[in-house]
Amino acid sequence: MGKIRALIVDDSSVMRKIVERSLRQAGIDLDKVVEASNGAEALVALQNNTVDLILCDINMPVMDGLEFVRQVHTVESAKGVPIVMITTEGSESHVVQALTAGARGYIRKPFTADQVKEHVVPVLGSKI
Amino acid sequence: MSTDTSFITRSHEENWLPILQLAVEEVFEIMLGSRVKPETLPEHEASGEFTAMIGLAGSLCGILTVRCDGKTAFQVAKCMLGDTAKSEEEVADALGEICNMIAGNFKNKLAGADERCMLSVPSVITGGEYSLHSLADGSSMEAIFLFEDAPVSVRLQLQS
Repeated sequence: MGKIRALIVDDSSVMRKIVERSLRQAGIDLDKVVEASNGAEALVALQNNTVDLILCDINMPVMDGLEFVRQVHTVESAKGVPIVMITTEGSESHVVQALTAGARGYIRKPFTADQVKEHVVPVLGSKI
Repeated sequence: MSTDTSFITRSHEENWLPILQLAVEEVFEIMLGSRVKPETLPEHEASGEFTAMIGLAGSLCGILTVRCDGKTAFQVAKCMLGDTAKSEEEVADALGEICNMIAGNFKNKLAGADERCMLSVPSVITGGEYSLHSLADGSSMEAIFLFEDAPVSVRLQLQS
């Protein structure tokens, strides 16, 4: 199983820790975890770090998760990196907006490590 | 509790309180590993040392608050993180996220409401010497849960 470099984007530092722990509990071997507290910070982080996976909240100040997903293709090294949304916004319209913008998965908070595994492992494909 | 006796507000309160309670139970069980049940005849009143709040706007307009004492708020953070919280800021962050997830889980359970209702970023007040005056003038509902023997109040106040 390959080691995974992940970017976790959430305005809550507690939630970033929980997402990281859930990834480990899901059996994903993390090599490196980069954190950002909003979409704008995440775009900057991607210019300085290469990652294999992005997990992103939607409701964040400065730049929300949907706008981040729309803009992420502007960072060359992030093209093709799978994005999974992790959010309290559970409406169908949010899911459609996120998937249309390019997200590959959608997890509703509250979530279990099993749900993280179910949605993240398939999008990592041959990387693990 | 609201004293508003209009049919609509009573109807909301009667129908939505069990949904709010279920939303709280699910968040506590999944995120804290703790099974909580609403107190049917609450003997305890939650202190307001930590009050997390989140605004709802759109088809459902109002404010949801989660209130508890400081020791309980630290315990919530400990259960979420699997470790002792290192600062009051981290505890506030944890309680704010619990409030956020309860609000999201609640609106996701209301058929149709989730499509047209937005949540604000949560805020947290620490310290008990304050009064909260919501301008939401509709019905309100409150449930008290015992988490590790301490009361946690979850209150939803809606704009009529």
